[in-house]
Amino acid sequence: MEIFEHPILRFERKSKITFFFEGNPVEAYPQETVAMALYRNGINVFSYSPKLHRPRGLFCAIGKCSSCLMEVNGIPNVRTCILNVQEGMKVKRQNGLGDLPKTSEFLKSEKEYSPTVLVIGSGPAGLMASITLKEKGVDVLLIEQNPNLGGQLIKQTHKFFGSQKEKAGTRGIEIANELVKELNSLDVNYFTNTTLFSFYPRENVFLAFKDNELLKIFPKFVVFATGASEKMIPFEGNDLPNVMGAGAAQTLVNVYGIKVGTNVLMVGAGNVGLIVSYQLLQAGINVKAVVEASDKIGGYFVHAAKLTRFGVPIYTRTTIKKAVGVDKVEKAILVELDENFNETSKEFEIDVDAILLSVGLQPSYQLLAQAGCEMKYIPSLGGYVPLRSKELETSVKNFYIAGDVGGIEEASTAMLEGKLASLSILKKLGFDVEKEKEALELDLAKLRSTPFSKKILQGLKEVAYE
Amino acid sequence: MSNYLEKGYLEVSDIIDNFPSEDVFSLHPVAVSECVQEIPCNPCVSSCPTKAITMQDISSIPVINYEQCIGCGKCVQVCPGLALFLVFKNKDSYEITLPYEMLPLPKVLDEVYLLDRTGKRIGTGIVKRVIKVEKNTYSSLITVSFKEKSLIYEVRNIGVKNG
Ligand code: SF4
Ligand code: SF4
Ligand code: FES
Repeated sequence: MEIFEHPILRFERKSKITFFFEGNPVEAYPQETVAMALYRNGINVFSYSPKLHRPRGLFCAIGKCSSCLMEVNGIPNVRTCILNVQEGMKVKRQNGLGDLPKTSEFLKSEKEYSPTVLVIGSGPAGLMASITLKEKGVDVLLIEQNPNLGGQLIKQTHKFFGSQKEKAGTRGIEIANELVKELNSLDVNYFTNTTLFSFYPRENVFLAFKDNELLKIFPKFVVFATGASEKMIPFEGNDLPNVMGAGAAQTLVNVYGIKVGTNVLMVGAGNVGLIVSYQLLQAGINVKAVVEASDKIGGYFVHAAKLTRFGVPIYTRTTIKKAVGVDKVEKAILVELDENFNETSKEFEIDVDAILLSVGLQPSYQLLAQAGCEMKYIPSLGGYVPLRSKELETSVKNFYIAGDVGGIEEASTAMLEGKLASLSILKKLGFDVEKEKEALELDLAKLRSTPFSKKILQGLKEVAYE
Repeated sequence: MSNYLEKGYLEVSDIIDNFPSEDVFSLHPVAVSECVQEIPCNPCVSSCPTKAITMQDISSIPVINYEQCIGCGKCVQVCPGLALFLVFKNKDSYEITLPYEMLPLPKVLDEVYLLDRTGKRIGTGIVKRVIKVEKNTYSSLITVSFKEKSLIYEVRNIGVKNG
């Protein structure tokens, strides 16, 4: 299931290491996560559900859904999609909830940090925020739970839209490279493989884990750039291994060079579904169909045209009814919808070994809610989002947001928001950034001036305060 | 316009009215656009050395001035929507230049399948030129030639034989 040749990507694979899965040796490349290494070796079942013992596999591949929990070196409930594999590691399928480890020895030590600004998440918003702050000499600590910086940019092999100023026409992976280079040249302090899991308002402390080390972070300001995760939709068999988020397939294919399947079905014709489908074609994977419950393609038409000219059919007003298979997807049963979007009797089957969902993203708001930020449910923004001022400050003083966590948009808007949040903080710190800020706000307004942004603008109005 | 958002492709009738006349694309290749929906995008405009592509603002539809276009292909390489093509009448054959981002790339003089907007094979053509772009922000360009004039309105992809 390995991809060797790719029109855009080069996969560097040097040495190999060995770890153990259920007692058997498995080969892996260093720098890949446990979940990816298992997939590369054709292992899709990661655990069995607690009650019904149904097989479970990967869903988000970016540390956000807990569908990939396994026992690693005796510790249960480890998210294997964000844990780097190590020589000799012992990985086991977990049956049910897992037992607590008998000692807490694995928690080796504790460290404290007091940055001026803590930036959570290193996607386009977080990277831009960190760069903007550090450029002015402000002390930043950037935290990323995945092994790589760049968030979802690192798997975007397509050229971006937007204006040249926001790097349109450049591929996402290139943007990530450029931003990370800038970050490094500015010597921004960052930690990858680090999960921030809790906030205590009284002590104003954030707790995070990094390789068995507890970090206590006491920041003056925080930029939450935690991004979003893929939504699930209800249908029979949606928990079967190889039913996964389109973004997870993208991680497998574009970051690690592993095929998600041979014949796949994409559910949802928004931009994510269309773009990922095209990227699968580029990786030599057959996209059997794209189905879309609505009566129109929701993503950009040009993305759809890129697929149809390769013979990929897009069925609008059609949805998935059932995923069928024993230990993994073997086929999908689709159903046409009537004009009221109710299921008709017209059903058809297609043979696929993976079903990818791109039915929308939801902001990763959990930390914000924990921090006491006032939240509101806004469907057009993707779900629960924090209220915020024009300067992107939440209802909790000195806590800012940027990017998809405040409402699902594009990477280009996320970058601008990351910059805006930082400029707002710089302003509070006494820097003269008024002009820069005004120009930026204008650029943002321009990007949001198309019909695609109408609903988003409406949603943003509902969460604006002051 | 056809119901292109239901099926994901345009019909010839959607583009024929704005298509350049044969006189115009007999002199040199000319860019044509299939970017018909308002999206926030404009690299085609900034990439054009002769300012042949204009747009009211970033979310408008690009308009190509066929008289001003010199057929350099910059916009085709840069367009993230792969929605721009070059058309050319070269003596007794017709040529289309399209962006291509798949493997394997065809070679010059290869015979390839000509595909329409739905991926259907509608003929064969000969590869005239391959511009493989190393700088990976751009798409490679393939120029194919064929005899039938009507195909210039329909061919928007190629299929590499044994590929
Ligand atoms: S082919 Fe060259 S001259 Fe013509 S519109 Fe494109 S960039 Fe401009
Ligand atoms: S660059 Fe391509 S997709 Fe973007 S506006 Fe121009 S023609 Fe349309
Ligand atoms: S947390 Fe690992 S697959 Fe979602």
